[in-house]
Amino acid sequence: MTAVQVRPVAVATDVSLPPTARRRRPIALVVGGMLVGGWVLVATFWPYLAPYDPQRQHPTLRFAAPSGAHWLGTDQFGRDTFSRMLAGARPVLEIAPLATGLALIAGTLIGLLAGTCGRWVDEVIMRVLDAVLVFPAIIASILFVAMLGRSVTVLVIVIGLAFVPIVTRSVRAATLVERQKPYVEAALLRGEPLWSLMLREILPNISRTVLVEATSRLGDAIFAAATLSFIGLGQQPGSPDWGASVSDNRAYLQNAPWTVLSPALAIASLVIGVALVADSLRARLDAR
Amino acid sequence: MTRLLTRRLVAIPVTLLAVSVLVFLATEVLPGDVARTVLGREASDASVADLRRSLGLDEALPVRYAHWLARFVHGDWGTSYTLKVPVRELVLGRLGNSLLLAAFAFLLLVPIALGLGLLAGLHHDKPTDRVISVVGLALGATPEFVTGVILLVVFAVQLKWFPASAQANPGAGLLVRLDHLVLPAVSLVLLCTGYVARHVRASTVAAVESPYVRAAELRGASRSQVVRRHVLRNSTVPATSALGVQAQFLIGGLVAVELLFNYPGVGALLLQSAIDKDLPTLQAAAVVLGLLYMLIMLLVDVTYRLLDPRLRREVPA
Amino acid sequence: MTGLRVDGLRVSFDTRRGPVRVVDDVSVEVARGRTLGVVGESGSGKTTLGRALARHLPVNGRVLDGRITVDGTDVLALSPRDLRTWRARELAVVHQEAGATLDPSMRVGTQLAEVLGQHDVARDARRGRVRELLTAVRLPDPDAIARRYPHELSGGQQQRVVIAAALASRPSLLILDEPTTGLDASVEAEILALLEDLRRDLDATVVLISHDLGLVGQICDEVVVLYAGQVVERGTAADVLTSPRHPYTAALLASAPTFGVPRRQRRLLAIPGAPPDPAAPPPGCRFAPRCAFADDTCRTDAPVARVVDGRTVRCHHAEVLDLTATARPGAEAPVPRPGSLLQIDGLTRRYGAHAVVDDISLDIAPGEVFGLVGESGSGKTTLARAIMGIGPRSGSGTLRLSGNVLAPALRRRGGAVLRRMQMVFQQPDTTLNPSHRVRTVLARAHETLHGTDSIETLAGRAQLDDALLDARSTDLSGGQKQRVAIARAFAGSPDLVVCDEPVSALDVSVQAGVLEVLADERDRTGTSYLFISHDLAVIGYLADRVGVMYRGQLVEVGATGDVLSGPHHPYTAALVLAARRRDRRRSATPPARAATATGCRFATRCPHHLGDICAERPPPLRAVTDGHQVRCHLPIDQLPKGTA
Repeated sequence: MTAVQVRPVAVATDVSLPPTARRRRPIALVVGGMLVGGWVLVATFWPYLAPYDPQRQHPTLRFAAPSGAHWLGTDQFGRDTFSRMLAGARPVLEIAPLATGLALIAGTLIGLLAGTCGRWVDEVIMRVLDAVLVFPAIIASILFVAMLGRSVTVLVIVIGLAFVPIVTRSVRAATLVERQKPYVEAALLRGEPLWSLMLREILPNISRTVLVEATSRLGDAIFAAATLSFIGLGQQPGSPDWGASVSDNRAYLQNAPWTVLSPALAIASLVIGVALVADSLRARLDAR
Repeated sequence: MTRLLTRRLVAIPVTLLAVSVLVFLATEVLPGDVARTVLGREASDASVADLRRSLGLDEALPVRYAHWLARFVHGDWGTSYTLKVPVRELVLGRLGNSLLLAAFAFLLLVPIALGLGLLAGLHHDKPTDRVISVVGLALGATPEFVTGVILLVVFAVQLKWFPASAQANPGAGLLVRLDHLVLPAVSLVLLCTGYVARHVRASTVAAVESPYVRAAELRGASRSQVVRRHVLRNSTVPATSALGVQAQFLIGGLVAVELLFNYPGVGALLLQSAIDKDLPTLQAAAVVLGLLYMLIMLLVDVTYRLLDPRLRREVPA
Repeated sequence: MTGLRVDGLRVSFDTRRGPVRVVDDVSVEVARGRTLGVVGESGSGKTTLGRALARHLPVNGRVLDGRITVDGTDVLALSPRDLRTWRARELAVVHQEAGATLDPSMRVGTQLAEVLGQHDVARDARRGRVRELLTAVRLPDPDAIARRYPHELSGGQQQRVVIAAALASRPSLLILDEPTTGLDASVEAEILALLEDLRRDLDATVVLISHDLGLVGQICDEVVVLYAGQVVERGTAADVLTSPRHPYTAALLASAPTFGVPRRQRRLLAIPGAPPDPAAPPPGCRFAPRCAFADDTCRTDAPVARVVDGRTVRCHHAEVLDLTATARPGAEAPVPRPGSLLQIDGLTRRYGAHAVVDDISLDIAPGEVFGLVGESGSGKTTLARAIMGIGPRSGSGTLRLSGNVLAPALRRRGGAVLRRMQMVFQQPDTTLNPSHRVRTVLARAHETLHGTDSIETLAGRAQLDDALLDARSTDLSGGQKQRVAIARAFAGSPDLVVCDEPVSALDVSVQAGVLEVLADERDRTGTSYLFISHDLAVIGYLADRVGVMYRGQLVEVGATGDVLSGPHHPYTAALVLAARRRDRRRSATPPARAATATGCRFATRCPHHLGDICAERPPPLRAVTDGHQVRCHLPIDQLPKGTA
């Protein structure tokens, strides 16, 4: 009797439609990584990197053009623009990751719950989500920070909560896809409890979605934090926070454009870096 | 279709009520006294108490809400605490400005985003696609005030092609007004294109790789025939919801742009009334914007159903 | 010359692991007007061959070598413009899942008109021609169909539209790639009859690509068998399929259940191992690792294709092998024990107002294999899920396990009940958690179901090597995954296992392995099965009793032999006919009658329609013999038999 022997080797799949050959060179990932990594280092070590104290005023050197002494010139108070740019990295890089973490944890748990339970639990959560999503996240966060006042805690919570619905929606959609699959039903049929279904069975298989959400929301959180500080809802006035710097100096666009352009370009380079990393990750994960 | 419409027509007022209740509660729960904020720190306690009474702020919360609601649905939206003008004219006027800018930006956005997305999708994985995708991604990540600032420096300050302020002189004609709106509109289009183009690209790629396009090629159709007949329709319709999301953003989310370009829009109004705790204005603006957003969502859903034959009937024959 | 001729074709794909040769030295020759069947399993290269014939490979595919000639035209040498013209004028392709090849945003008639436009048919003549084409494929009310969108048609109707498009070009080469896979058996029979008639009409060369040996045997004149990208045997259908000369062909034929041959008569032969990785084929003969007759020569020297006994064979020992030994004796199955394990009483389940499962009553005895036959829309899956406690809630009826009433919802059933009833699902790729290792899968089941046997024992019973336990479930083949799923189901020593189409998604040679594991487990433990399938041959192989479902109702129930040979319900007769693939000309499309709410559900398609009584009154459930019941108005002596 011929027993069915088995070789523990990956079996040939139908090769008539094999994966595409294009091996993308990871330029985007590398460039993005360098930009983000660079700013993270700056945010951590700026006291050692900045040539001047960002708050130190040089009354005789107001609106100085970029020169050897002041690489990016000075602002209306004679403060060194370059140092202020370096110092401005920290506020935004403190708030954004925390807010993103909050959005991710809450959003993932709620999304998993909605997708796994289905029925009325899902209905209720979706209705609440719909009501909350009437206003785009940015408006909601603006309103609430305006009303609640500015502090790091408020900013983190408000921005984080503003993105919870988006994360929830994504995670819920991915959960629903997995929920239909037989392996989840098999777990149900052997009596696995809800938390086990959510965390042991489904979560490992939606990690791709969660990772993509994490990186995308991080970019959004940086965007939101910069915008909030631009419109005056950031941390205390006078801080070298980039958004606030752009706002404070926009009156001097004509005569001292470097004071506006440096924080603006700093923001741009950071968000683009994050976006490049996020997109590369997404492309890589999709291809697998 | 009728089921969708009736469901929405019920949902919309309910959600609006919920929104207005939320805003009411939020302003109530927060630190800071409205009357004192209006009168300033130096005002005497007596005058603050007087103001509170005249504004009805010492009544119980549900009573205040009921009063506000009754007046609101009759068209009496009250007077702004801080600006001392009727709220309705204020909000609607600002809304009109925002709608003009939004419409201008949207009209530019649609052909550009659809076109770039199609182009990227048709040449996917080739250099054209990479460039469009990366640039779209970068621009989409950059806050609009950042691009706005750069545009201002280059086009308004150095080249002097466009004015730096978005607000035209009162009484100016439409073309002049639009001229002032070019820079803000462009910074918005740069922001929004990436998002929409990415969706269009994805559905274009899906269409190009779909079995029905393959079958058409196997029947001897040329590339341009295939694109014209099969890809165009199937790749642009899914972009509807992406465009809807951007439309919503364009109407109320432009606080930063309005501030940067000194444009009296409804976004800035919303912000200021929230900071000042100018309740009537805040409430009215929130409700009006909420209504607009839900109408846009409804429009998107209806358009989808009209355009995609698969969704037209509830159950296929 | 006319017809198709392929010489030494080699096709390679650029993949992440480097170039992979998917089609390796394939040569075939088919005269015009004849049909060639291309048989193979996953990884055989048959689909790629089909695409190469149309010169329509994906971006990373390349033709390395060889020539393809169709009626004298060298297809591979055509310029892109000439290729388009050739495709439009001479080629037609019908794919599996035809519906997807229709543009969902365009009406059907418009798409057909587009094809006609490709052939310079004048605009005003197109409408009439579309009507002619739709009539030619036997679609009733062609004008209404032309106005519809693809998603508004059934699978069979979509397939006919695609065939109509193929006809429109009057091709000289017609390629059919698994054209009826996924269609119900009765619909498949009609489509095949249609194709048969059209083929004679068209006088085209037809290439049919399929994994289904029975189908190929029925309608093909010549057959080529592919394994790992190479031709292993080629000849007339009669020769190759009745007296094969290559061990793989013989093993393939021995691994598929034959209609009417139960397990106690002949056991299936599972081919050990799996097809080789195309990126790294073994030295020597590619089938040697799995061949029962392989010797050292086979493992080191690659055989060439030679002519042996009137056909081409790629085997060192083709002349001398006696392949009739490729068969296994039957095995008696244990007799079902008395009593009732599962009792279903008047079970109904609804989606909205529509009753998907309508008043089903049946009993399953301990140790019995109860086969449930039905096609899409019959409600069989919903019934299975209702028994397990999942699925739509609205409905009525009672379920009893060993006499105790079962709560309809899974949540309210205790752990003891869960342990006694388990399920095996259809799709192997999603039946195991992709993030878990095999060991974890079995361990979870072992823990929650309070299993007593060790994990290694469970795996061994499902013919799984210990080394597999540490593999990721995504690294397993389809057959291995299903066997892990079976091991998982048996972790708690259940009394009843519901198997929902457990082998339908597997290759033919792999099915045998899974079916044998199921049978062996039953022999060992005396577990009952509710075995659901649309494939009568598989049901006939394992089941003790059979129930036939149509549109939510049980139209027949009885011992397997009785039900399959007749006298039986007209619907069962249609299924049996399709399974035997005999005389398809008789199973012409019956006239479409309007369905009524009260009468017999099958009345709209029944060839034995009596008249108004069938449309108006629900047919009674009558006993043909003891234990064999049929729901029909026909008198017992007029019920069709298997040969009718």
